[in-house]
Amino acid sequence: MKSVMKQEIQGLNGDEAVALAVKQCDVDVVAAYPITPQTIIVEKLSEYVANGEVETEYVCTESEHSAMAACLAASATGARVFTASASAGLALMHEMLFVTSGCRTPVVMAVANRALSAPLNIHGDHSDAMAERDSGWIQIYCENAQEVYDSMIQAFRIGEHLDVQLPLIVGLDGFTLSHTLENVETLPDDSVKRFVGTRQFPVVLTHEGKTVPYKLDPESPMTMGPVALPNYYFEFKRQQEEAMRNALAVIPQVHDEYAEMSGRRYGDGLIDEYALEDAEVAIVCLGSTAGTVKTVVDELRAEGVKAGLLRIRTYRPFPAEAIVKALGKVKAAAVMERSMSFGGRGGAVFHEVRHALYDAAVRPFVVNYIHGLGGRDTNPRQIRSVYGDLQKIIRAKRVDSLVQYVGLRE
Amino acid sequence: MSKEKSWKEASLAGVCWKSSATYLTGDWKTFRPELDAAKCTKCLMCTIFCPDGAIHWKAEKGSIEFDMSFCKGCGICANECPAKAIVMKM
Repeated sequence: MKSVMKQEIQGLNGDEAVALAVKQCDVDVVAAYPITPQTIIVEKLSEYVANGEVETEYVCTESEHSAMAACLAASATGARVFTASASAGLALMHEMLFVTSGCRTPVVMAVANRALSAPLNIHGDHSDAMAERDSGWIQIYCENAQEVYDSMIQAFRIGEHLDVQLPLIVGLDGFTLSHTLENVETLPDDSVKRFVGTRQFPVVLTHEGKTVPYKLDPESPMTMGPVALPNYYFEFKRQQEEAMRNALAVIPQVHDEYAEMSGRRYGDGLIDEYALEDAEVAIVCLGSTAGTVKTVVDELRAEGVKAGLLRIRTYRPFPAEAIVKALGKVKAAAVMERSMSFGGRGGAVFHEVRHALYDAAVRPFVVNYIHGLGGRDTNPRQIRSVYGDLQKIIRAKRVDSLVQYVGLRE
Repeated sequence: MSKEKSWKEASLAGVCWKSSATYLTGDWKTFRPELDAAKCTKCLMCTIFCPDGAIHWKAEKGSIEFDMSFCKGCGICANECPAKAIVMKM
């Protein structure tokens, strides 16, 4: 697609791309606690604040639990709020993540995906965000620093959409994306500001009988986050599920609108297909791994192998229908993922992809490859070998090993 | 209580659409306080200690009165009463 706007190419790593996007998105409050590999994001943001380049209120907190509590509270007053975390920090936020989504406060968080202890490891994998899969946050995983920048700008529009009103995580693989310098095309400040606009509020009826925007205001008080007993709690959870379903429509809308401005697309915003149209063997993955897989797909295609890639960009809400459609003609697919579900007969992404295909008229063989834990590199040779396994499965018409590990010393 | 709302009708994220005064928490109680008027010294300590503000001084009756719509039956009044004039009963 032709770019419709002159853009400045900057050398940015993923963390710096996040910070720049936040700077341009007119964010009112940042409450955060630094943790590797997210640290550069909050360092950069605190520099912007210290230099007076933004009007953002920067709140230093004593822990990630407090950071998320501050974000929730700030968002409840109507502010546009951002934070960042990773690994143990995200895990410490766990309780507050549910409160934030339950209160329908559209906080945006960048997660520089990192392994969880023990043993202690600061490097990239998806264990941290996968552990928060059911916390009611939208989750978008990025392939490169450019997509990180673009997704951050889209994030505020998606989360704050009146049909959604949910918090959102933008995931960038620790170090592979967070610390690696790339050429990133950046939009002019005023274009981003115009695109994100001002925060939208749904209208609610208060106990005083007033119809007001859903935000805390001393002039028209309301109770946010009240107790809901067995006679009501369930109904509010169902509302959150509806918001997730709505997000399935809103994410592609915002993605398309952004693509018109920037000239950049990532599939339909939910899934990103590469050489999948006539593919017989396909890899399904999340995040930066897709870049390496594309290289291998190009090599295999040159050799006459019908290889393809399906990158799941939006993991929550899970785009099941789009995935079923995309894998419709594939004969064998390998789900490659960077986290474990211990004792779960494969990882979480594998479960969901396979589950989505259960009702399909024609189902491909679907196998699982756990890879890249704790920052372990996944190289083109290994990915080539996964495609080789898929070809063997097609020839043998059977799966011998459902779940395997890539790059593990046996 | 009025008819309970469906998830589509219920307010966003549980914003309270009614005052807490309309939520009769007195439904929760197991024990109910009973006043022995002969022992009561009208010190009104019970009205201060009641966590729900469910004990009122009724000047026209010259006595305290329990608001059973909000009394949760916690028994703090009976415990604090210096004259032992309140007894909790099932």
